[in-house]
Formats: sequence, structure tokens, C-alpha cells
Amino acid sequence: MNILVCVKQTPDTAATVTVEDGKVSWGEAPLVINPWDEYAVEEALKIKENHGGTVTALSLGPEDAREALKHALAMGCDEAVLISDPAFAGLDSLGVSQVLAAGVRKVGEVDLVFFGRASVDSDTGITGSQVARRLGWPALSLVAKIDELAPSEKKIVVERMLDEGRQQVSATFPAVLSVVKEINEPRYPSFMGIRKASRAEIPIWGASDLALADSPQAAISWPEIFAPPKVDTQCEFIEGDSPAAQATALANRLVEEKVI
Amino acid sequence: MAANVFVYIDHFKGEALPASWEAVGTARVVADQLGQSVLAVVLGSEVEALAKAAIAHGADAAHIVEDTALAEFRPEPYADAFSRVAADAHLVVMPTSGRTRELAAMVAVDLKAGVAPDVIAIEVKDNRILATRPIYAGKLLTKIVAVGDRPLIITLRSRAFPKPEADSARTGEVTKVPVELKATTTEVMGYSASEGGVSLTDAAVIVSGGRGVSNNPGLEPPAGITDEKEQEIWRAQQGFKLIEDLARTLGGAVGASRAAVDAAYITYAHQVGQTGKVVAPDLYVACGISGAIQHLAGMRTAKTIVAINKDPDAPIFKLARFGVVGDLHSIVPAFNLALKERLGR
Repeated sequence: MNILVCVKQTPDTAATVTVEDGKVSWGEAPLVINPWDEYAVEEALKIKENHGGTVTALSLGPEDAREALKHALAMGCDEAVLISDPAFAGLDSLGVSQVLAAGVRKVGEVDLVFFGRASVDSDTGITGSQVARRLGWPALSLVAKIDELAPSEKKIVVERMLDEGRQQVSATFPAVLSVVKEINEPRYPSFMGIRKASRAEIPIWGASDLALADSPQAAISWPEIFAPPKVDTQCEFIEGDSPAAQATALANRLVEEKVI
Repeated sequence: MAANVFVYIDHFKGEALPASWEAVGTARVVADQLGQSVLAVVLGSEVEALAKAAIAHGADAAHIVEDTALAEFRPEPYADAFSRVAADAHLVVMPTSGRTRELAAMVAVDLKAGVAPDVIAIEVKDNRILATRPIYAGKLLTKIVAVGDRPLIITLRSRAFPKPEADSARTGEVTKVPVELKATTTEVMGYSASEGGVSLTDAAVIVSGGRGVSNNPGLEPPAGITDEKEQEIWRAQQGFKLIEDLARTLGGAVGASRAAVDAAYITYAHQVGQTGKVVAPDLYVACGISGAIQHLAGMRTAKTIVAINKDPDAPIFKLARFGVVGDLHSIVPAFNLALKERLGR
């Protein structure tokens, strides 16, 4: 099984994110692998452990965006590739998917491509499906469990987490999967893994290394990024001599304020 | 300028998502400002009734594609059909669901369109559409506009836009469009409803439990449960029963914090927050939830937030309209009882 995992470098979710001169800033907060992508890496590694093969981590970002790939290597990925080119700055998911699909093609023989459910920064959750569409491969999104994987028949059966319940779907690979956190518990990088990752040479592919039919363009722009208006909520604390008195007072206030 | 705003009617086995009508209503408002018509698109096996309902909710006409290959939602054939019907679209409005996220993604590739998911506001300025959506888990908002004459696909966050009343007197033409669908290897085998029935994003009321739900040391677990962790989970499950009862009285759904899900008190399907569901109910009751920033990101736009927590300094109170400092294990059942009396249920 040749597996590719697409990872993104994002600010830590605990970061305080602000806008300065129209640009997003997360201060001194560390850049990390997008938390959802850790589940994708873990699932790829588990498949490799069961079926053999290689796991390659692929990321698109600026030249210094190596933390996500190093984390993936430290977890156990065999190889990592960074796609980086000034021409790719400011792309939307449509453009990113074009570049990533070209990256997948350049890697060559790939059975499965894994994504996290979404990235915690732009939070669109559509890039995996777009890469699948461009490659003409089945897209299996929001996967919570892989029920069956038969490399000889190139068959995969998964459970997807939908609002309406778990949906069981079968497909053939090559295929593109996006995973949710229920699928596994990502391993921590081992000491050896971290050492290996710190010494790893991560090749960089630029626009000229990829077979792009046309230069990727963003279909949207972001003319205004701003902090949400401050909600000035003054909490009204409900007092009472007993829990029952507090509860009754709360019910009364909610009815008075026409909340219920 | 295209003459139509396209609106997609998302449905599960022929039942429209309530948010689909919010999408029709919003498409109507935008189309009126642009001087355009609203064309509903419905895909499935037998969907004429949905097309008529879309017209009743404000669409001018509907295009439907009926095919046995569309009986179950699969993104590939649905995208084939939608991209064909909406080939000349400049603006597409959809409700947000797991399905439409995939559909919007693939149609965008076909139509070289931009996508704005989870949109919470739309404005029309000089005939251009500006869609506002949260990024960084709601810590920031961004406006999105299509570049040049690229089409834009907007998916609306549930309950962020008003739902129009259906008017059965409205009429409009329903056209069946034949579409050749490409073969796909994806096959839907079935559903397990064990974790279904948690439609948090559509719920008007959500009662959520956090880590504090297990904190009821007076409650003695059955003799058979001796493991400390299992005892904790057992206590939490008793606590969630109180929360379920309250949710039932209020006609709402049960939510949970990540801490509660990670501690295996309740399944992930209930999780509200940055790595769970983002919700905007009329009333959100947070029980034993301290209010980590990741949780607040998932529920901060609720109209009214009630917090019940032992710790008066818990961050959740900063967002709450009403706060009760106390033990949820006594407050929640008493509140449930008081509500039943007030509401006569």
C-alpha cells in the first residue's frame, strides 16, 4: 500500500488570533501540524503496519513550513515532501487542490490519500473532496472507521460520520479519504522518531516540478478579515436559598425574558 | 449576468433539511436585490415534491434530475448532475451539511468556482456578493468575494438565516433535466442509527454537559463496577440522564464538551466546539462546562446562554446571559421540575 497523507501547518488551537493591518496574527503561538491531520497520519501508519508499504507526508506552504512534516515524520512517516513556490501564495482551496492533485500525480503510484476533516485555520473542509474530483478518484469524507481493506481487490469499506448516523460505504482505490477524530488515537512521536525527523532532508517541489496544466489561481479573495463584534453580555447570576429556589427563579426569568 | 441564483435543496432520503428552506429564503432575498430569479435544484430518485416545496418557500422554478443512481447521496454523481444543471451559474446557495460540503467542493472544481462554507451573513454591494464566514474557529470573521467573473458557491450555516413560511399558492415550473451520470465505484451499503438522531445544528435548544457531569461523589455505583474509571463513566452517564431529561422538557438536543467526550462519557456525535459541531440555538444550557476557548467557539452565537457551574469564576459565565452557581446534579433536576410546572408539561 502506497499512502499519501496531506498535512497542513496551522497555529496552535489555543492561540489568541488577532488581525493586524488586515493580516491574521497569532503572536508567539507555535505553529503545529493541523490537529485533524494527526488522525490522518495515524490511520495511514496503521494501514502500513497491517499491510506493508510506504507512507509519504505532503504539505503545501511557505518554505519554512516544515513543522507539520517533521511531526508526521516523527510519528513514523517514511518520507515527506514540501510543495512551496511564491506562485502558490494566497491560493484558495480550489487552487490548493490543483497543486496537491499535481503533487499526488508526481508521487506516482498512490493507493490512498488521507486528509484530516478540515484545517483549524480556514476550516473549509473541502480540499480533500476537491483533490479527489481533480484526480477522478472516489472521495470518502468524514471517515470514522475503516471496516475492510482488501489490497488485492483494491476494495475499501468505511463508516462515515454523518448527522443522520453512521453510513457504511464501499469503494475501490485509489481513493481520497478525510478522517474524523473517532477513527483513532494518534500516537506521540517517539524519541527515535523525533531524532530521525530532525535529520531528515525534506525535498521542496516548486511550480516547475509539477505538471500543472495552467497556473493555479484563487477563485475568491478575502477583502476584509476582522474580529467578531464583542458581545457585551452581563451575566445575571440567579440567587436562591436552595437549588430548588435557584431553579425556580431561573425558570421564571427565562419565561419573563421570553427565552422559552 | 446570469439570470438565476441557484439554490440546492439538500435532503436525506427525500426529507429536506430545514436549512434548505433557509437557503431558498436567502437566495430569494439576494436574487431580488440583483434583479434575478431563484432556480431550485433537486437531485434524487423521486424528488418532485421537494421541487414543489422549494417553489412554495420562494423559488421561481425548479430543475430536477431523477435517476436511480441518485437514490443515495454520493458526491460524484450528485456533482455530475449539479454541475450540468448549473453550468452557467454565477451564484449558488446551499445549506451546510456533510453532503453539501462535498457537493460544493466538487462542483467548484467543475465550474472553476470559489466556495464559502458556513456563511453567517451575505450582503450585495454594487451587484457583487460578499459572504461573511468564521475562520480560526470563530475567533475571526472574513468576508469572501469571487475574483473577476468566477462563480461563487455559498453554504449557509444552519439557523443563521431566517426560514421563510411556505406559501402553497406560489407556482413555478418544475423541469426534469436528463443528465448522463458517470459510473462511480462508491456504493452506500447502509446506516447504523446508533449514533444518529443528534441533529445539533438544527436544534433550537441544546442542553450540554461537561466534565462536571461525573462529579457526583455521593452517587454509589453498582457493586459490579469496581474500576475507578468505569465508576467515573457510570456517574457521568447518570449525570447525562439528568441533562437528557432537561433537553426533553425543552424539546432540545443533548450536547457535550470535548472534555466529556474525551473522557468517554458520551459519543463524539454530541460534541460542540472547535473540533465538534458549531451550533447556534436559541437557547444553550451549559451544565458543568467551564468554557474552554475551543468550546466557546462552537456555541458563542447562541441567542441565550445559561450556565450552571460550581465555579463562579468559570469562563463560561463571561458569555452567559444567566448564570447559576451550584451543583448541576441538584440544579438540573430542580430546573427540569420547575420548567415542567411553568410550561405545564
